[in-house]
Amino acid sequence: MTQPILKIEGLKKHFPVSTGGVFSKGKGVVKAVDGVDLEIFPGQTIGLVGESGCGKTTVGRTVLKLYEPTAGSIEFNGEDITNLTPKQMKPRRSQMQMIFQDPFASLNPRQTVGTLIGNTFDIQKITPAGGKTEEIQRLMKRVGLNPEHINRYPHEFSGGQRQRIGVARAIALKPKLIVADEPVSALDVSIQAQVVNLLEDLQEEFKLSYLFVAHDLSVVQHISDRVVVMYLGKVMEDADKKDLFSNPRHPYTRALLSAVPVPDPKLGRARERIILQGDLPSPVNPPPGCVFNTRCWKVQDKCRTEVPELLQIEPGHKIACHFPEAASK
Amino acid sequence: MSAFLEVKNLTVSFPTEDGLVQASNDISFSVDRGETLAVVGESGSGKSVTSLAIMGLHNRQTTNINGSAVLNLESGPIDVISAPEDQVRRLRGKAMSMIFQDPMSALHPYYSIGDQLSEAWRLYNKGDKKAGFKRATEMLELVGIPDASTRVKEFPHQFSGGMRQRVMIAMALINNPSLLIADEPTTALDVTVQSQILQLLKDMQKEFNMAVILITHDLGVVAEVADRVNVMYAGKIVEQAIADSIYYTPDHPYTIGLLNSIPRVDQLEGKRLIAIPGQPPSLINLPQGCSFRKRCTFADQVADNLCATVAPSLDVKESAHFSRCHLTEKQLVAARGGK
Repeated sequence: MTQPILKIEGLKKHFPVSTGGVFSKGKGVVKAVDGVDLEIFPGQTIGLVGESGCGKTTVGRTVLKLYEPTAGSIEFNGEDITNLTPKQMKPRRSQMQMIFQDPFASLNPRQTVGTLIGNTFDIQKITPAGGKTEEIQRLMKRVGLNPEHINRYPHEFSGGQRQRIGVARAIALKPKLIVADEPVSALDVSIQAQVVNLLEDLQEEFKLSYLFVAHDLSVVQHISDRVVVMYLGKVMEDADKKDLFSNPRHPYTRALLSAVPVPDPKLGRARERIILQGDLPSPVNPPPGCVFNTRCWKVQDKCRTEVPELLQIEPGHKIACHFPEAASK
Repeated sequence: MSAFLEVKNLTVSFPTEDGLVQASNDISFSVDRGETLAVVGESGSGKSVTSLAIMGLHNRQTTNINGSAVLNLESGPIDVISAPEDQVRRLRGKAMSMIFQDPMSALHPYYSIGDQLSEAWRLYNKGDKKAGFKRATEMLELVGIPDASTRVKEFPHQFSGGMRQRVMIAMALINNPSLLIADEPTTALDVTVQSQILQLLKDMQKEFNMAVILITHDLGVVAEVADRVNVMYAGKIVEQAIADSIYYTPDHPYTIGLLNSIPRVDQLEGKRLIAIPGQPPSLINLPQGCSFRKRCTFADQVADNLCATVAPSLDVKESAHFSRCHLTEKQLVAARGGK
């Protein structure tokens, strides 16, 4: 069996918050990520889904050590990087890159496309074979931009094109892992498919691994090999894509899937819909026991006191629930 | 019998330094009470501009608006495009209401929920603040906010995103409007909350017998709630039909392309998405002929280069199914891929 490119165990990231007034020192913590295990193999795409505030973005950023983890371990390419300093991280960063959600905020408006992409070479002090300008233009062409536009500024491009600049920047150093944080959610539907296809092509070409963080289950279903469902900082279900979407065993996953609208009116009318009551509880003060117990329709006394562990119920299918849904097949 | 809202040849354009922006062009449709019309399109397709024109919210000094949008009220028809501004103002919030995408920026952070709701009510009803709060509490209960009598005194920041959108709906409905325009009401929300809000809108529509215009870019949401659909592209309606007909026999290459390009949660085999190439044209210098031509994969099938020279008109393709396309019925069936 091949070695995972990324392996995280028991990852926790807590943010301190001030709970009192302006002058009192805060004692509370937001448990943004509270014990997450994850493995990504070379060439694989892991989809990380959940509602806003579930900690999926924090996982993505902590994995790249943009946040210091509170607890747990991160292993990248067989090496423990949990406690490396930013300086020690720098040479390793060419192996791990990120694509951001908002193509308007993530590109410096005062730099040309050439500078934006070229920066990645300068920071790592790498001179690409064949010259920097040529390499930048080759990258632009690869992601579907016109190489003649190398001296243009971000505002001269549309949202989809800007996201392509972000993709070019991420693949410039031929990384092994890309964390894509909602890479298509800011784009129009007709443009989304273009970027999704580009990401898939690049994966094949460079044997990339993706940690694909998104809230749109349709896109995640399309692009992922495995899917991890998070809720309030914890993993609820972790399974192979086909398994998860055809046979969800956690009540939360089932509700989440039933809430996704399907572009097919007859099917939409026929589908059984589980409408969850209420909202996500505050992560400052998560409910005791299972974090989902306040919205779960199957809740029993045990759920309010005992935290369910993430256990394997079938080969390659893990859930954290005391009363899993019956297997549908 | 005429429908409650009848829009005819509505055209909105903005003069700018770079030229005239043709934001919405020759829009005609109607919506009746109890009916939901979905307007689908990408950003810049003119869906919001059209609805703001119906609400009379464009600045008449800086915007060119032509055509008509007639509300058939019990007291008689009123054309909101040509009616005096103060008359249109008296319709807003009473005969017609609107819900906006972002519930945080649409609520005033300094005033309590009750203050804001009762202000909307007291505008058209005689009653003091106390009566206003009573009515506000009733409305909050109706839209499913638990513990409404306490929460009515709270402020927007104490509400979650989904709860704020419920407050917006309560505010829009507090004077029993006949027409509700919902502009991307669930785009900022999570899926589980989205399905709550869509259900609420359906229930409220039944309760108040409203005509609803739902503006969205999400074809999944449209499939769930719409009776009829307008598909917009570059300021024009390119396809207009009942919802099922749009999904099962789309008659415009843009709609066909959209349906092919979205991944579906219920289709597990990893088919490659068929993306629509290119990007929407600028609304300042729209190309001659069909505005979708440059992205259309079927344009070369039309004889005499017609797509490049003549802008197609919105023609009947099947019964009550209109499309702006030069392709013949036979070519369209082939374009759908036998779908």
